[in-house]
Amino acid sequence: MDTKRADTVAAPGRFPLRELLLFAAVLVAVLGVYAVMGPAYSTRMLVEASCYAILALGLTIQWGYAGQFNAGVMGFVALGGFCAMFFSIPVNEAFWGSELPGELGRVLLYMVTAVLVVFAATRLDRLGVPKRLRTVIAVMLAVVLYLVVINALRGVTDQIESRAGFIGGLGLPVGVGWIIGGALAGGVGYFIGRVCLGLRSDYLAIATLGIAEIIKAFLKNSDWLTRGTATVSPLPWPVPGPSEVGFTLARALYLSVTAVMIAAIFFLLSRAYHAPWGRMIRAIRDNEISAAAMGKDINKRRLEIFVLGCILMGIGGAALASFNSMFDPQGYLPLNHTFLVLVMVILGGPGNNLGTIFGAVAVYIIWIMSEPLALFLMELAVTFGEGAFGWDAPTNLDSRALQARVFVIGLLITLVLRYAPKGLLPEKVRHHG
Amino acid sequence: MPLLDARDVHGGYGGMNILNGVDMAIEADEIGVIVGPNGAGKSTMLKAIFGLLRVSQGEILLRGEPIHNLPPNKLVQKGMGFVPQEKNVFPSLTVKENLEMGAFLKPGNVRRMLKQVYDFFPPLHDKRHQPAGELSGGQRQMVAMGRALMAEPSLLLLDEPTAGLSPLYMNEIFEQVKLVNSAGVGILMVEQNAKQALAIADRGFVLAAGQNRFTDSGAALLADPDVAKSFLGG
Amino acid sequence: MNELVFFINNVVIAGSVTGSIYAIGAVGVTLIFSIMRFAHFAHGDMMTFGAFMVLLLTTAFPGAGAAIGVPTALVLLPLAMALTALLAVGIDRAFYKPLRAHGVKPIVLVIGSLGVTLMLQGLIRLFAGTGGQSLYIDDRKEIFRLALPFEGARAPVVVTEPQLYLFVITLVAVVGLHLFLSRSRLGKAMRAMSDNPDLAQASGINTNTIVAVTWVIAGALAAIAGTLLSLDVTFKPDLSFFLLLPIFAAAIVGGVGHPYGAVAGGFVVGFAETLAVFNWSVLLRPFRDSLPEWLTQAGNLAFVGTEYKIVVPFFILVVILVWRPTGIFKGKVI
Repeated sequence: MDTKRADTVAAPGRFPLRELLLFAAVLVAVLGVYAVMGPAYSTRMLVEASCYAILALGLTIQWGYAGQFNAGVMGFVALGGFCAMFFSIPVNEAFWGSELPGELGRVLLYMVTAVLVVFAATRLDRLGVPKRLRTVIAVMLAVVLYLVVINALRGVTDQIESRAGFIGGLGLPVGVGWIIGGALAGGVGYFIGRVCLGLRSDYLAIATLGIAEIIKAFLKNSDWLTRGTATVSPLPWPVPGPSEVGFTLARALYLSVTAVMIAAIFFLLSRAYHAPWGRMIRAIRDNEISAAAMGKDINKRRLEIFVLGCILMGIGGAALASFNSMFDPQGYLPLNHTFLVLVMVILGGPGNNLGTIFGAVAVYIIWIMSEPLALFLMELAVTFGEGAFGWDAPTNLDSRALQARVFVIGLLITLVLRYAPKGLLPEKVRHHG
Repeated sequence: MPLLDARDVHGGYGGMNILNGVDMAIEADEIGVIVGPNGAGKSTMLKAIFGLLRVSQGEILLRGEPIHNLPPNKLVQKGMGFVPQEKNVFPSLTVKENLEMGAFLKPGNVRRMLKQVYDFFPPLHDKRHQPAGELSGGQRQMVAMGRALMAEPSLLLLDEPTAGLSPLYMNEIFEQVKLVNSAGVGILMVEQNAKQALAIADRGFVLAAGQNRFTDSGAALLADPDVAKSFLGG
Repeated sequence: MNELVFFINNVVIAGSVTGSIYAIGAVGVTLIFSIMRFAHFAHGDMMTFGAFMVLLLTTAFPGAGAAIGVPTALVLLPLAMALTALLAVGIDRAFYKPLRAHGVKPIVLVIGSLGVTLMLQGLIRLFAGTGGQSLYIDDRKEIFRLALPFEGARAPVVVTEPQLYLFVITLVAVVGLHLFLSRSRLGKAMRAMSDNPDLAQASGINTNTIVAVTWVIAGALAAIAGTLLSLDVTFKPDLSFFLLLPIFAAAIVGGVGHPYGAVAGGFVVGFAETLAVFNWSVLLRPFRDSLPEWLTQAGNLAFVGTEYKIVVPFFILVVILVWRPTGIFKGKVI
């Protein structure tokens, strides 16, 4: 009797009770938010949550499918956001009407030439130059040419900033920026992945953390390209904006766009997951040595999955920036754009796409709702403190409430790792054979 | 009372049983040798005795005291030493530091034991300030045995001490095992070179498929035609 | 000649200061890496925590330094080191030890340490705010001006009081660590465990003790590094991610698991940073007449602007990972 019951429980076509319950809970929460905060606010929340779901899907395939940990989601999100801005906003006549584009083009040409010259220098050994000498020549050339190019670039960008503000956009359809954002993020991911391939996974985490801060520093300080801290807005939408059809409808239309994107990504990912490619990826994650022994090209597969994840992050970041209708490089924070996504993935279930989407929506609702809640709790504590001990309330309550959220996110990460390492909807690992 | 008495030991890794009831007993001044085909559970048995593997059934007694499933550092305190087959030295530590680590739990008698170990293995004295990673295979094996001896064990477990050594070194190691034993240390070792090992063994245990096949004195096993036919290659 | 003085002030001294701080931080990271085999991402915030403890103690006992004639912050540093060491051991017990007990992969510990870093960040900033604060509450930073005995050297070499203390403390810390690792029983056991953890256990070394000792040392060193950094400039609670990258780069350059390598790596990264942001056109000025015009006209010959300083450790990291992932001294853990 007992064995029979165990069989029915383990049957592959079990009723997805857990999934249904969790998604029902999310639905109830969403309806609750609609009832309390009104449709315009709530739809905005849902659009943002759906953008985060795309980011989370990117991270879940890197971490859940392949066991690669990306600690710099923020950088790829920012790249996507930059492309969404650059390709979609109107053309800046003050820039294009002057001789500055030619100047910038000349510097870019210098840059390409310099790269080619240095590359050629690294090949000098084929002409019979001793290897040591070749290395010295290549390094010296690289240093000198770098200084020349960077000086020329500084000159042009200063001109652009003083005469035209910034170079403006290209005025292309929004979708172009999203696609190129994904491609650019994938390209940077390819570079990082190549460097860290075959090394300990810790190194990938360190490198991604670094590249994210560099991308942010670049976008923040390149005023000629992004207006830096002055921010760029408004960014056009792929659907009619609030001024044409009203907030709720416009946001609902935007939501339908992101929902279709998620559905498409979800469908393609599950196809890939169950295809031989996905099986191979998981075999590599679960047992690298035996996978290598079976003659699988581990590093190539790993690179593919890492780049794919970065592409999704770029696209999600682009959708997020377009929706906010503003590009603010300083607004990219590790907390909001790396760790929040991480919590979504590990709480929802790394490697389980459905779990990841659940995690994204659920965590985002909690995140958004925790802001007023944290402020309220802080005020309560202050009132209590003043009453009981005559404590001086700090003036910057808002920023301190933000720090309380930093703490809570950190605590959540450690707790989930310890008590629910597979998330609320664990990846269903099927044993073949 | 035997020094080591293992009765009906079962155990393995992650649900897979490798040992299916092994019995093994040696007296205080004896050399015990475990031989058998690949996958018979020889090294696994040694690891089970040294607490590196969970014993799921049966018992292991050291001088009548149950010791199965105690952690290794407790067993070192109780007078057991273990020399693994591979990675048995600290490569970046000097020879002397390697030996000192063996006496980690008994820092009081480092000086006395160092002298004794250098007496057992004279080459180590000359190389005492050299990192162990730079030594030859045979010398490393000496460092490994010396390290285990530093804690003054009453029972020394050796996992294939001659693996990968040239025949010249192999004989040297067997000689040194006999020397250590004559100083009053009980030895239990796993060996691939069954004939040579059984020749110096007081007790021999032939394992197959995680069970005892033959248990007798070393000389008797060498003389047994059945053992010779199936396990000693004719 | 003044250009040379400028170079000494801006590169030699500044580089040694940054290098010392990175070196002490990297030693902690590399020790944790060699014993527990994971990259400890909470190290930057552990440094901040140490400096924050000094700040709290200095605020509580502002007069402690005047009695001996040393800055108050330094008198109270040992206490802050003890508190930070305690915090490090506590964090290990509460967060890392249970994960290790489950036998998770090292990368899960990395994620756990990111969780810990957020918790520390949140707590420190909750109490300290996000602005900068000086650790010199009642003391004045003394500045030493050493005139160079050369003809025409009008500008003096400038060293501040905290910088002098920094060099002394770094030296003491490195020598002390060296003696601990090479002479003491626990130090040797630490190196043994870093070499071969299984054999260390089989030798009767209590690995839990070694882990705790590692955290005590790493925490104390983190407190030193954080305090020295805050003394040199100001206490800034939001530095952690900008400290992590150079420190990891230093540890990897030196060969992970190699404490002396980490010290060397710290100075490599520190000097690389200052050299990269140094404006080389200053050194060309004396040769103005004999150089081509296009070279002297460039006003700024720095490799990167100070706002891009973080690119330097990243560049070093990429170069070392591509060229020699084991580091210049061949680390044990790759």
